[in-house]
Amino acid sequence: MNARSQIDLQIMWNRLIAVVGEQAQVLIRTAFSPIVRECEDISAGIFDLRGRMIAQAVTGTPGHVNSMAESVGHFLRHFPIETMKDGDAYITNDPWMGTGHLNDFVVTTPAFHRGKLVGLFSCTSHLMDIGGLGCGPEGTDVLMEGLSIPMLKLIDQGRVNETLMAMIRTNTRLPIDTEGDTYSLAACNDVGVRALRAMMDEFAIDTLEPLADFIIERSYNAVVEKIAALPRGTWSYDMTIDGYDTPLTLRARLTIDADGVLVDYDGSDPVVPRGINVPLAYTKAYTVFGLACAIAPDVPNNAGSLAAYRVTAPAGSVLNAPHPAPVSSRHIVGQMLPDMVFGCLRTPLPDRIPAEGTSCLWNITVRGNWAPAGQDTIQAFALAITTNGGTGARPGLDGLSATAFPSGVHGTPIEIAEIQCPLIFWRKEFREGSGGDGETRGGLGQIMEIGSTEQRPFELLAAFDRIKYPPRGAAGGKDGAPGCIRLAGGKELAGKGLQIIPPDETLIIMTPGGGGLGAPEARTEAHRQADRKGGYA
Amino acid sequence: MSPKMQIRLAADIGGTFTDIVLETPHGRLTRKVLTTPHAPEEGVMTGIGLILADAGLAFTDVTVFVHGTTLATNAIIERRGALTVLVGTEGFRDVLEIGTESRFNQYDIMIQKPAPLVPRTARFTVPERMDARGRVQRPLDEDALRALAPRLRAAGAEAIAIAFMHAYANPDHERRAGEILAEALPDIPISLSSAVCPEVREYERTSTTVANAYVQPLMAGYLGRLRQALDAQSFHGALYLVTSGGGLTSLETARQFPVRLVESGPAGGAIFAAQCAERLAEDRVLSFDMGGTTAKICLIEQGQPASSRVFEVDRTARFMKGSGLPLRIPVIEMVEIGAGGGSLVHLDAMKRVVVGPESASSVPGPACYGLGGTRPAVTDADVTLGLIQPEAFAGGSMTLQPERAAIALQQAIGTTLGLSPEMAAHAVYEIVCENMASAARVHAAERGAVIGTHTMIAFGGAAPLHAARVAEKLGVRRLVVPSNAGVGSAVGFLAAPVSFEIVRSCPVRLNAGFDTATITALLEDMTETARDMVQDGADAAALTIRRGGFMRYVGQGHEIIVSLPDGPLTPDDLPALRAAFEAEYARQFERVIPNALVEILNWSVCVSTTPAKPEPFAPTPARRGAAPARTRRLFDGARGQFVELAVYDRDDMRPGSLVPGPALIAERETTTYVSARFDAFIDGSGNIVMDMKETAQ
Repeated sequence: MNARSQIDLQIMWNRLIAVVGEQAQVLIRTAFSPIVRECEDISAGIFDLRGRMIAQAVTGTPGHVNSMAESVGHFLRHFPIETMKDGDAYITNDPWMGTGHLNDFVVTTPAFHRGKLVGLFSCTSHLMDIGGLGCGPEGTDVLMEGLSIPMLKLIDQGRVNETLMAMIRTNTRLPIDTEGDTYSLAACNDVGVRALRAMMDEFAIDTLEPLADFIIERSYNAVVEKIAALPRGTWSYDMTIDGYDTPLTLRARLTIDADGVLVDYDGSDPVVPRGINVPLAYTKAYTVFGLACAIAPDVPNNAGSLAAYRVTAPAGSVLNAPHPAPVSSRHIVGQMLPDMVFGCLRTPLPDRIPAEGTSCLWNITVRGNWAPAGQDTIQAFALAITTNGGTGARPGLDGLSATAFPSGVHGTPIEIAEIQCPLIFWRKEFREGSGGDGETRGGLGQIMEIGSTEQRPFELLAAFDRIKYPPRGAAGGKDGAPGCIRLAGGKELAGKGLQIIPPDETLIIMTPGGGGLGAPEARTEAHRQADRKGGYA
Repeated sequence: MSPKMQIRLAADIGGTFTDIVLETPHGRLTRKVLTTPHAPEEGVMTGIGLILADAGLAFTDVTVFVHGTTLATNAIIERRGALTVLVGTEGFRDVLEIGTESRFNQYDIMIQKPAPLVPRTARFTVPERMDARGRVQRPLDEDALRALAPRLRAAGAEAIAIAFMHAYANPDHERRAGEILAEALPDIPISLSSAVCPEVREYERTSTTVANAYVQPLMAGYLGRLRQALDAQSFHGALYLVTSGGGLTSLETARQFPVRLVESGPAGGAIFAAQCAERLAEDRVLSFDMGGTTAKICLIEQGQPASSRVFEVDRTARFMKGSGLPLRIPVIEMVEIGAGGGSLVHLDAMKRVVVGPESASSVPGPACYGLGGTRPAVTDADVTLGLIQPEAFAGGSMTLQPERAAIALQQAIGTTLGLSPEMAAHAVYEIVCENMASAARVHAAERGAVIGTHTMIAFGGAAPLHAARVAEKLGVRRLVVPSNAGVGSAVGFLAAPVSFEIVRSCPVRLNAGFDTATITALLEDMTETARDMVQDGADAAALTIRRGGFMRYVGQGHEIIVSLPDGPLTPDDLPALRAAFEAEYARQFERVIPNALVEILNWSVCVSTTPAKPEPFAPTPARRGAAPARTRRLFDGARGQFVELAVYDRDDMRPGSLVPGPALIAERETTTYVSARFDAFIDGSGNIVMDMKETAQ
């Protein structure tokens, strides 16, 4: 490769990352779904004609990112390249071909430049309501979880598929928002296409393939080089979590060898009857995210950097759930998988691996009826308020309090939540003493007390974990405090499933603290004092 | 006194230098003196003394003194502010530390979040609660508040911030709490969130209020001492402070809302560029300010720099979004990236050339300084390419060592990638220009602007070397390097209007239920408040009032600002408002959303004086070719070889002088690179103007 083209390729790589960044920003700015606009629960990326992801926006959530990477291959199977037209856009929310549950719409748009198909933009975001039982683990098959959209044409050469739009509107409790979000997905891809064309004009190129090869090869080599520096061997880790109503055990074996890293979930529990099962694409997504954090955090995500990692799980297991298993709350188990990876890697790489953390989001999903400001009619509300517990203690650093990991989303501002529903938070602050003790301490969870300003009950679609099985400490560190959910009147609530909160009751939710790392005796006096003074411990 | 007789003075306190500019009817004088961090007013007064002596004037002759400072920013970054206590709603002690519950770096499990300005031990709460509609859900417990006062005193409070939930919707509890604490603790200044930042989102509002309280005693002390020093010199003119929004404000308002003074220096640069834009009669301008450590880019349309409502100070991971403390104040919106002459270069895991954000600073500096630096910086690449004349760097105060630059580039990049030092330098030059172009592109995209139609105004020490290449990448066809660019911010201060902007959250849907009378009253109330703030220092100058609505589709989370018509709002205005919103929405996001309701979340009012139109730059006389002073060898990366380049001395140039590209125009402080795609000329006022060649279209 000559010097000039090498420099140009580097510049175009940077440019592609900027292009998908712009695509993601448009999605966030135009979204209706509060979890997208306030929490950035999205992903966006560009793919070559072979379906290889070449750049992905540095935002959003790992679960979306890596599963979306696979979804474009499915789009290409259903809509062969030769049938694609300028102005088309395709859509699905198939959990097995998309990003793991029906609430995620994936939209893929072919990018034409000077009349020729040059690449594909794809994006996904979490919509608030897609009908069915609503977003929670209640369903016993995927058909109960809402409207399924197979691989369909959303836009045909610029004409919106109005039949599909009508179907979508009719099958959701939030028709305007859901339609708006569908448009917003298509619009962000359009912006990506426009920016890509400008780049191709500037560099006078008519194909992305040499650039894609360059990016993928460089990224693959970078990851392989890092893997080569790791000790070889096989390590395993088990973890038991609350599950839906009975505990669920996950097992992983991680092997580092000359070919890369393999994570095998053989031995994990089978599919369960409720919607916490995980489609394989989503299992891969979070596993690979954990690997990337530990091994190659500075290599951008693309088909090359992902290629050195292999993930398998036996068909029929909770981590490779087949259709029509219910999967709505697949994040609960999926988000535990980086902890599984870390558990395996703690032995060979003790200096870079944290203890277990809360890991799964504590999304407070609520529904009910209310009379919004300035309206005399009673209307429905459906809202997911994102909150988090503590992360695991890290080598040399305490865990982060009330912080999302592995998810990359933001918490919902309480004032924004309260504008959209009648809920009122009487309390949302650190849960003192919830971080697992150790040389470094786990991050703190939060305590929340939630009522309503209306004399009406509201529904809670609970999807919380680490209540019976808290985040475990490591290397002598103590466990974090388990999560807790109950009513102020004393009644304990289930960690999962639809429950009614009566008027005049207060819902109390305590998110877990992260596990501690290292022996508590090794914690410095200065840290102990700061913990006492601030009331952290 | 007629404007012709005005003697106007501006001072910009930066980290290292304090820039002073004096404008008299006979012309403009400038001075740079060292900043005196222990008592910044000393440096300012020294500089003023010198510049007045230069002009043969006395303090009593000065009619206006405009002052900008990074003191507030630095106090936050260096954590040198007051011991601040925060009083919040019971149950919400940790709003400041819970923050956004996110990590600013997705893959880095070892991140550290910025320490809040108020630690947990200094965060207190009292029983009270408003709901989202401003209804009292729990009355303020006044006794609890009175009992709290001695504890605040015992905690050593030097400043108090009060930030209650939904106080933007109903400020009654905050005001009452402020009264009670002021009574009990009359010597401690109090900041209310409903006054500092009456906007929804508890974390950002609290963060802004706390920052205001945190810098208040320090700023009040400094401003008081400055006022005394000015009084001692019998200064009788008007004194203004520059805000981050690019307006001027009175001393009193600055004392009340010091958080609005954060980042006034960069704002001055943008105003400078905006003024140049007006004098050039250019409607669409991209200001490009590249210095030693960062590049700042700002869009200026119709003479107005882009504005924003959020800003992050003290990013722990430099320039990484989300790693700093959010401030919700009116700011001139610019993107700042780690791309300056001192930005260091390395190869990442993918063997990509990465520039910045780490900087070589002034010591040891880039490798070519010969001060012990071994890692290559952007300046090393510029020297190796031949863009900088080694013996004439920084006004001849330093001779650069190109051989050290070449070695550093070879070691850091060349060997691994198989590139010669010159080709490695070319890679660095291309990447840093691409980074800046990319930042400009993102900035323009966020504003829905088509960047190729803009004129670039380039200033700051490193900008003239890189501007032409950045312009090429952006498709910008005209680029101007103004004279006086070295003290641009201070010059800009003199062009700023006195202004005050208020934003209040009050969500209203754009439908039949829209209560236009309530909103009209709200806007009038805001206008009165802002007018009071402005008239404080603006005498009777005619005031401009701009009103805006932050609009969005019901259910969305990001708003688009739409101008509101003058006068009372009536139901007849609603269709036009919706149309204006949808036009802007379609411009930014390609397609509008059918069937969706529109709402207005926030309302803004900006009252400002109407600054005098700056005089246009003098017309350019007939153009004529100039003779180059000499030639230099420049490495042409596209051709992979050295070429001879004509070098012109800016001092020898006269209005009308033509410099066909490629060429270099050298001056004391910097060098301007006229790329092969541009021709340059000197305009009537001594600015360098580059136009894209017809053949390069």
